[in-house]
Amino acid sequence: MERRDGTTTGAALLEVNNIEVIYNHVILVLKGVSLSVPEGAIVALLGANGAGKTTTLKAISNLLRAERGEVTKGSIHYRGERVDALNPSELVRRGLIQVMEGRHCFAHLTVEENLLTGAFTRAREGKARIAEDLELVYKYFPRLRERRRSIAGYTSGGEQQMTAIGRALMSKPKMILLDEPSMGLAPQLVEEIFEIVAQLNRQEGVSFVVAEQNTNIALRYADYGYILENGRVVMDGAADVLRSNEDVKEFYLGLSTTGRKSYRDVKHYRRRKRWLA
Amino acid sequence: MGPFLEVLIGGLLTGVLYSLVALGFVLIFKASGVFNFAQGAMVLFAALSLVRFLEVMPLWAALLGSAALMVALAVVIERVVLRPLVNQEPIILFMSTLGITFFIDGFGQSLFGSDVYPLDVGIPKDPIFIAENTFEGGLLVDQVDLWAAVVAGLLVLVLALFFQRTRIGRALRAVADDHQAAQSVGIPLNQIWVIVWSVAGLVALVAGIMWGTKLGVQFSIALVALKALPVLILGGLTSVPGAIVGGLLIGAGEKLAEVYFGPIIGGGIENWFAYMLALAILLFRPQGLFGERIIERV
Repeated sequence: MERRDGTTTGAALLEVNNIEVIYNHVILVLKGVSLSVPEGAIVALLGANGAGKTTTLKAISNLLRAERGEVTKGSIHYRGERVDALNPSELVRRGLIQVMEGRHCFAHLTVEENLLTGAFTRAREGKARIAEDLELVYKYFPRLRERRRSIAGYTSGGEQQMTAIGRALMSKPKMILLDEPSMGLAPQLVEEIFEIVAQLNRQEGVSFVVAEQNTNIALRYADYGYILENGRVVMDGAADVLRSNEDVKEFYLGLSTTGRKSYRDVKHYRRRKRWLA
Repeated sequence: MGPFLEVLIGGLLTGVLYSLVALGFVLIFKASGVFNFAQGAMVLFAALSLVRFLEVMPLWAALLGSAALMVALAVVIERVVLRPLVNQEPIILFMSTLGITFFIDGFGQSLFGSDVYPLDVGIPKDPIFIAENTFEGGLLVDQVDLWAAVVAGLLVLVLALFFQRTRIGRALRAVADDHQAAQSVGIPLNQIWVIVWSVAGLVALVAGIMWGTKLGVQFSIALVALKALPVLILGGLTSVPGAIVGGLLIGAGEKLAEVYFGPIIGGGIENWFAYMLALAILLFRPQGLFGERIIERV
């Protein structure tokens, strides 16, 4: 796959093949989602509320089971190994970690304690290595160093998002599944967070799958994008191609060639032109 | 002044014994959000096993044996009850601990017998007089209670260090805050639950030793758990220091009420005082005196 800076990416790090997810044995949420993430890429997962972005990420990180969800069909391969049956702890050890939607910091722990919990699976490497990585996180997020002794629950939304990403970094990941990092943050902060994501991608070689409703910013930073609708991938392509696609412009970027349309027109257009995968 | 202090000290020391049981509740509730009704049964189970082991082996071996048994119990509970019920409503988990209570009560007694056994681990039982120079005749204090206070103090210190300073302790606090997030960073919940139920089991063993020495090991010490409930409401379900202070307040309160108000309304206050106090606390401060404030940002 060709990246936005012209370099090509490596072999597929993550391969999701036609997965179906059912919650509580009855609710069919994903109806066959396939995606591929090359090593070193940033891949965006786009779509409206309830399209299945979060479920896809949780299926990969295997946090589904705790919500009574289950992958009933298809397969997930990470670095060539089939991982559907591995628990989250085993996946984190292999370098695959999720940053959940809504940050989910440990509210009563300090920022630094939050970061240290991210290194839980690395106890055998010794304290010196973990201290080094703590410094690395502080290098990327200088603001966290200032707030290191603050109780995480009382820090701002942006700081919590940084804490959550920093905590994931402490596990020395190869791939981070980032769920809705822009949620509830000011546009400037969203920009800052995505900028850091891009830096981590370039400098630390971390691959990202980013689920986002903010299609505009996600496609500016991603190499490749998948658009989900009703539990199916309805469109995918290089980020630039998606950005210039008329339908994507119309539905997700709020742009259109014929000027502003009323909401009624959009709804109608939408109903008529369903994407079929 | 003398009699007042004697009642107060006696009450405080009894309160420490309540605290020992309440501690076990707090540990499990903090880490897994489960209100473990079986804590009292675990106290009885631990004490029964210890008393029977002591018949055939020296004290250190019996202590080790009982400790191992409590850890084994934790492993079984996690495997058979908690794991299949993961992510269920709190009320369902609570009901399951009711089931565990009856199972442990019955199983313990059929395994170890249901007689009243005296427990002697070398703690002197005779009451002693203290401060004889300050007060005429001194103050009468139960030595078992005094030892219990020392042990409880040590236990709280060790637990505090464990929670604040160790990697596992930090992980336990993380799980207490947010199960899913803890899971997402690779903390294995199953292992954490085994650890926390084991720790609660060991605390139950300590409580069992103290109560067993005081009352003899018998079924009624399982009912001590009922006295731990008002302690929890007073101190807060999520606070280790709260469990201690709550125990002290309840212990001292009920003894003082019995002695000073008892004669006015005909006595028997000791039996219900704690519950009335808990009710009053629930009205004005539902999270307890030391319970964690719920931090929420939007």
